[in-house]
Amino acid sequence: MDFFHVIVVLLESTIRVSVPLIFAALAGLFTERAGIFDIGLEGKMLGAAFAAGAVAAVTQSVWMGLLAAILISVALSLVHGYASITQRGNQIVSGVAINFIVAGSTVILGEAWFRQGGRTPALGEGSRFQTITFPYADSIREIPILGPVYSDLLSGHFLLTYVAFAMVPISWWILYRTRFGLRLRAVGENPGAVDTAGISVIWMRYRAVICCGILCGFAGAYLSLAMTAGFVKGMTAGKGYIALAALIFAKWRPFNIMLACLLFGFLDALAIRLQGNPLPLIGQVPVQLMQALPYILTVILLAGFIGKAIPPKAGGVPYVKER
Amino acid sequence: MSSPYAKLPGWVEYGLIPLVNLAVAFLMAGLVVLLVGENPLEAAYHLINGAFGRGEYLGFTLYYATTFIFTGLAVAVAFHAGLFNIGGEGQAYVGGIGVALACLWLDQTMPWFVVFPLAILGSAFFGAAWAFLPGWLQAKRGSHIVITTIMFNFIASSLMVYLLTRVLKPLGSMSPQTRTFAEGGQLPKLDWLLAIFGLDIGTAPFNVSFLLALVAAFCVWLLIWRTKLGYEMRTMGHSPSAARYAGMSESRITVITMMISGALAGMMALNPIMGEQGRMQLDFVQGAGFVGIAVALMGRSHPAGIIPAAVLFGMLYQGGAEISFEMPSISRDMIVIIQGLVILFAGALENMFRPAIARLFAASSRRAAVVAQTKGA
Repeated sequence: MDFFHVIVVLLESTIRVSVPLIFAALAGLFTERAGIFDIGLEGKMLGAAFAAGAVAAVTQSVWMGLLAAILISVALSLVHGYASITQRGNQIVSGVAINFIVAGSTVILGEAWFRQGGRTPALGEGSRFQTITFPYADSIREIPILGPVYSDLLSGHFLLTYVAFAMVPISWWILYRTRFGLRLRAVGENPGAVDTAGISVIWMRYRAVICCGILCGFAGAYLSLAMTAGFVKGMTAGKGYIALAALIFAKWRPFNIMLACLLFGFLDALAIRLQGNPLPLIGQVPVQLMQALPYILTVILLAGFIGKAIPPKAGGVPYVKER
Repeated sequence: MSSPYAKLPGWVEYGLIPLVNLAVAFLMAGLVVLLVGENPLEAAYHLINGAFGRGEYLGFTLYYATTFIFTGLAVAVAFHAGLFNIGGEGQAYVGGIGVALACLWLDQTMPWFVVFPLAILGSAFFGAAWAFLPGWLQAKRGSHIVITTIMFNFIASSLMVYLLTRVLKPLGSMSPQTRTFAEGGQLPKLDWLLAIFGLDIGTAPFNVSFLLALVAAFCVWLLIWRTKLGYEMRTMGHSPSAARYAGMSESRITVITMMISGALAGMMALNPIMGEQGRMQLDFVQGAGFVGIAVALMGRSHPAGIIPAAVLFGMLYQGGAEISFEMPSISRDMIVIIQGLVILFAGALENMFRPAIARLFAASSRRAAVVAQTKGA
């Protein structure tokens, strides 16, 4: 195996691992830009993954699975919205609660409905996403450099992978080039001013929360309908928190989010690759260090040692009219 | 933080409202049991019987409660200063190093009452050290404590996997854990305490650290309501600007509060490591750091509320195990759901029923006034 081939394989798995992170981090972008902290990304993703796996297994339709994922994730988002917008509850407490409720229910319901130890049944060809092969991908694989890049890196991914990368410019466009985006960002910075302009802060925030739910639905569906064939309990395994770390690392900006997710995905892919193989110059690196690196980097960033991460000003504060 | 709601009598504020929230959480959990296709009343029976039905069950309930008193106090102390320490999980995990080091060092030569104080110091030290950095980063660099403590949970988990698979594991052993401690590293059980009530503790690991938890609860009460530092913490939690205006050092209070909180979370490690397993295993915390959030919310951050709330969660853990034994289609994960619902209703939605209860109250007190008037006339 030559060096170039290793790089291509590594980048390919980087892309595969990054997709749910990109969806979830963009989901967090929408709520946090509207002033609502969301540490429930993990729970929403897990709930969506379960709904997708369960419904796709029962209906044998991948699209019904995706739809179910989005519906469940939006429903969970609305619970978070109700608690933190209407009831002005603590947003962090609400997020923690959602993570718990979903972690427990997916196991209990999965076991009760399918009796496979909390898994959903393995999905067949029609009920999961298939990889898309670009035209001529097989015939030009032998061409050096261009071949592997086109055939292995660009082609051969799931539809949702391309959707995820397309969502990056789309999110940017929505947030920075539409009236909705302008208002959404304003609600996160200075809700009082938005209210004065005659726009409902509450309704804006609910819409932001719904956007978050839809994107988390995609993230969950990718996990159980594309990456693997079916739901396995606890399958998000902290990806929601990594997405949150990526969101902060990217300083709440869409294109930076993509880069941060790719970086964290790359670290993950590298950690798997390096298991047991010493690195040149540095020697044996503990896998655990690689796994902890995204979190460590985020802490260092938050401390302001590599630039300052400034969150939206009104983040975490419920809006009370007429104070 | 001024409350936009009308003032209610103490027993409503600290008794009725938490109870209503709790009841709703349990009703929702009952719905999940229905979805699974089981009878919620039967589950409730197994839950209560499994938690208190026998001396042994009660011993397990109190064993779990011990753990949750520590983590609940940890969250509560930080709450009082307006800090949300979500990192109890990591702090408790790292606190385990202190316990393990004390035990591995002295267990073969010293009796438990010599090892125990050292283990307490060790666990508190390591827990505090793990909480120091997030506290310091918040105080000096303005990084948000919630985010840093979440990150520190994950870093702690990676660190402990590394330590247990490479450093602390005895040679030739395959499983990631320390060696089993000799007698000096194991805490005596509190069988005599339950024997007073004529109960037999059986195999339950209810141990001396329960008494330590009660002492810790008393000390937290002293700290928060009877010391200058506690006053400063409450002032800061209530109004940071008032604290600043009164000349209190915000960064000093933040760092000290977080270290006390971390120390309390770290002491949780004594219970499972020295009290039950007699060795440090991977993932011995098992989410207790997060349960602490629910316990602190339920107990309104007061030690007198935290102890019953911790017993309630101990009951859930022990009773939940019995449910999963008696009703196989319900696994132990039911506890996780109930926990989440309690956090949701007692924490994020705590004010949902308040307006209704307040109205009810206003109406009944008005009626009482009318009755008094007519009697007088």
